[in-house]
Amino acid sequence: MRIVVLVKEVPDTYGERTLHLETGLAERATSDNVVDEIGERALEVALTYADAHPGTEVHVLTVAPAGATTSVRKCLALGAAAATHVADEGLVGADLGLTAQVLAAALGRIGYDLVLAGNQSTDSMAGVLPAMLAEHLGVPNATNLADVTIEESGISGTRVTDDGTVQVSAPLPAVVSVTESLPDARMANFKGIMAAKKKPLEVLTLVDLGLGDLGLDGGDLTTARSIMLAVEARPPRTAGVTITDDGDAGVRLAAFLAENHLL
Amino acid sequence: MQRDIYDEDHEAFREVVREFVKRYVSPEKAAQWDRDGEVDRPTMLAAAEHGLIGLSVPEEFGGAGMLMDYRFRSVVNEELIRCGHGSALAGAFGIHDDLAVPYLAHFGTDAQQQKWLPKMATAEVLGALAMTEPGAGSDLRGVTTTAKKVDGGYVVNGAKTFISSGKTADLVVTFVKTGEGNRPDAFSLILIEDGMAGFDHSKTLHKMGFPGHDTAELTFTDVFVPDENLIGGVEGLGFIQLMKNLPLERLSIGAVAAAVGEAALEWTLEYTTSRQAFGHPVVDFQNTRFRLAEMATTVDAMWAFTDRAMNLYRHGKLSADEAAKVKFWCTEREWEILDQGVQLHGGYGYITEYPIARAFLDARVHRIYGGTNEVMREIVARSVTGRK
Repeated sequence: MRIVVLVKEVPDTYGERTLHLETGLAERATSDNVVDEIGERALEVALTYADAHPGTEVHVLTVAPAGATTSVRKCLALGAAAATHVADEGLVGADLGLTAQVLAAALGRIGYDLVLAGNQSTDSMAGVLPAMLAEHLGVPNATNLADVTIEESGISGTRVTDDGTVQVSAPLPAVVSVTESLPDARMANFKGIMAAKKKPLEVLTLVDLGLGDLGLDGGDLTTARSIMLAVEARPPRTAGVTITDDGDAGVRLAAFLAENHLL
Repeated sequence: MQRDIYDEDHEAFREVVREFVKRYVSPEKAAQWDRDGEVDRPTMLAAAEHGLIGLSVPEEFGGAGMLMDYRFRSVVNEELIRCGHGSALAGAFGIHDDLAVPYLAHFGTDAQQQKWLPKMATAEVLGALAMTEPGAGSDLRGVTTTAKKVDGGYVVNGAKTFISSGKTADLVVTFVKTGEGNRPDAFSLILIEDGMAGFDHSKTLHKMGFPGHDTAELTFTDVFVPDENLIGGVEGLGFIQLMKNLPLERLSIGAVAAAVGEAALEWTLEYTTSRQAFGHPVVDFQNTRFRLAEMATTVDAMWAFTDRAMNLYRHGKLSADEAAKVKFWCTEREWEILDQGVQLHGGYGYITEYPIARAFLDARVHRIYGGTNEVMREIVARSVTGRK
């Protein structure tokens, strides 16, 4: 079985994260860029299965700037057997639709029985990409799973919602996304780092994927795309209104909320 | 300072060490090690599993094969020290990888290497090195622990003291007299195992620093040690073997001192930036700024010196006197930086809840062990003057 895990390099969730005020892109230069934790959890699901099932190949796939090699190598150090990194200037600022198209094309090239992803990235938090990808691939998708069981012929798991839990299952091939209920990823170790250097890491461009006319710089106007028109810094917080209770605080609080259309 | 001795492998490994620190090191764990007087074995085993221990064990025995390259070891030191709660680990890892493993990896017979090194790679067997005695430290030829030849082995009698990791060690590389007089060939290194009849290593010593890393007295009462435990299998080589590895030990102390200096600068910068006095952050007072500038410059010089020594070491060219220079110079600069850092922390610098206070107490021994700084000066003086 070949399991392809989607990973994303993001600015460290625990560090300062900023947007570039001209491009609207996440500032990568000023933050530590790391493998998104949720993607590492998805990788852990794959590696745990591979540990118990010899013959399973875990392949990591990412769309990321050229500088993301360190993050890809980390996934190889954790135990993935191979990696594909799509890096193309035409994908800077790509929206979810374009990213899904690119990932689908890459998956067609790699081949897969199961695609595993985190349910949403910690930077853009969109969460819809796995479903879009499944649509492109024409395979079932089982999203937001809090536990996953992988078998030769299919997957099953539990989706937890506000209203209850849903047991879902799907035959393979399929796309699955997991939540942070899944265990932390394992740690890399010295031998993993050294072994990673010898593992295949393929870097592809849009042209390599046969998508040369798709990039945002390629003038493709046939498909609707989300693009950033303007971005502004959040205005600094101003001092709020302090209501001192002289016996009528409740009334004044209600009046304040009504005045601001919050009631 | 931009250091240039590390490549992407070291930086990837640094991330592993940071992750290890996140998962296994905390103020609570450090307090537990301090109370117990030693690091718990599960933490040591986990460290070995991730390659933080066993770096100096050759690859064919399951280690990282970095016996002649101190850079990965330095990365471990740097991250354990920087976090403020890992000095006991830095000490325990260092004794094993820098002071015990090398004697087997360099000089052990095939049988000794096959028997011990795989278990030392996994930390199933932890090592220590015992040279100092109650009556002999710098004056190594004054040791009186004897190993008398008997049928099939040796009978060891005597005592060692101030032995780092002495209580937790399973295997002690022990410097003993196998001959008469004090000629260099009268001494040997012999492996003494935990559990051997007559070997007591249970008595720990209470120190002003490094409370979480055990230091013990060792006594040997008619301990029978089989021939197979004589390192290298030939008597009389103990002195030569020590001389070969002592530069590494001294380099390791210098590198730790540089890492402590850098951490002390970071802690002090952080503290003085957040602390207000007379309506301003303390960092904005000229005295603080000048002291921080001096500390930063000293740290750069320490790294420049130590990094060069690390490069010499991995090219097999670190001489005894260069290692001695690094050891005494860096540990003395470390002491000055810590003293300054404590001062800039004010009263908090005296409270052991703060890493700077603990580092200050830990650091005092750096000028004493591994060869006192006075002995280091003697070694340097010999090379400078050409006179004994």
